[in-house]
Amino acid sequence: MSKFKKKKGGDLPAVNTASLPDIVFMLLFFFMVATVMRQNTLMIDNNLPFADQVEKLDKKDLVMYIYAGKPSSNYKSTYGTEARIQLNDKFAEVSEIPAFIASERASKREELIPFLTTALKVDSDANMGLVTDIKQELRKVNALKINYTTKKGNALQGLKK
Amino acid sequence: MAKRSAPEVNAGSMADIAFLLLIFFLVTTTIETDSGLNRKLPPLDDNQPEDVIIKEKNIFQLNVNKNNQLFLKTGGEEKVIQIKDLRKAAVAFLDNGGGKGPDACKRCQGKKNPRSSDNFQKAIISLQNDRATKYDTYIAVQNEIIAAYNELRNREFKRSFPNLGISFVEADHRYSDPRTSPEEKAKLKDKLEEIKLLVPQKFSEAEPKKSN
Repeated sequence: MSKFKKKKGGDLPAVNTASLPDIVFMLLFFFMVATVMRQNTLMIDNNLPFADQVEKLDKKDLVMYIYAGKPSSNYKSTYGTEARIQLNDKFAEVSEIPAFIASERASKREELIPFLTTALKVDSDANMGLVTDIKQELRKVNALKINYTTKKGNALQGLKK
Repeated sequence: MAKRSAPEVNAGSMADIAFLLLIFFLVTTTIETDSGLNRKLPPLDDNQPEDVIIKEKNIFQLNVNKNNQLFLKTGGEEKVIQIKDLRKAAVAFLDNGGGKGPDACKRCQGKKNPRSSDNFQKAIISLQNDRATKYDTYIAVQNEIIAAYNELRNREFKRSFPNLGISFVEADHRYSDPRTSPEEKAKLKDKLEEIKLLVPQKFSEAEPKKSN
């Protein structure tokens, strides 16, 4: 009765991996939808503070980003540990902000310029002196709409001590 | 001859290809934080306007020192305050309504302390920080002040438009949401403006002191 003959060998059957691509594709699509392409390579530590009274920044094309914080570990030896500003892909001085704003404005359509917002992505460990200097420069070039970019959360939880 | 079935395509490497793409996207993209506290800077004006006289009782003066301690001066009192108590203190100050006669505040529900602010329009919150103040402390203080204003605006919005069933913040979110229809936006805009005029954010930031 060969019909009921048991299979030979006690080998474990191979695990079916046919659905593995589906799972990976699912992950892939999640990441494609939920993330955006990196625009700037951050050369600084950028640990944003928390706040809960946040408003969303929509219209991404109308936002200029100014980053500030301590140089990350790769750049510590060249740039020191004092908090610095990063514009586009390089470290900058405070005095370079007006030129940066001007170039950003030049790249936008003229009627959109009044709606431009400057997003300040500042590390929570930075000192207010630096932020104030940035704000003064922005006032000089009349870029008055700013946004302190923060993570959503309880503002008090982030405070140390 | 028996029909030969088409050979199955080997899909074993599909997972590898998908992983490769996945890793590429993981590396080249970031999850952006695109929310924050919106503020407007005062324009840099060369011709300074003449000094406006403001009664001391209408100022809620906050000072953050280089050790991130908060110092509050208002209503003839000076004290060190914790950030967690700031929201309550700011609401109490804004909502005080101590004004009399033309300055009387009909909507305020505060204690009507004559030594604190007159009404929403008169009350000013002033913040001064040191150059060595930490940014996160500054953001926390800003956040608490905005929260105080939002709390009052929510209350007044609900009192003015109880049939809407939403708060000021929710209405503002609705207004800035691109999916909201233009008709609804036009309706919301007037209401939001009305509340913004009723409870204006009079918030001034002094230029910071040099720390020594």
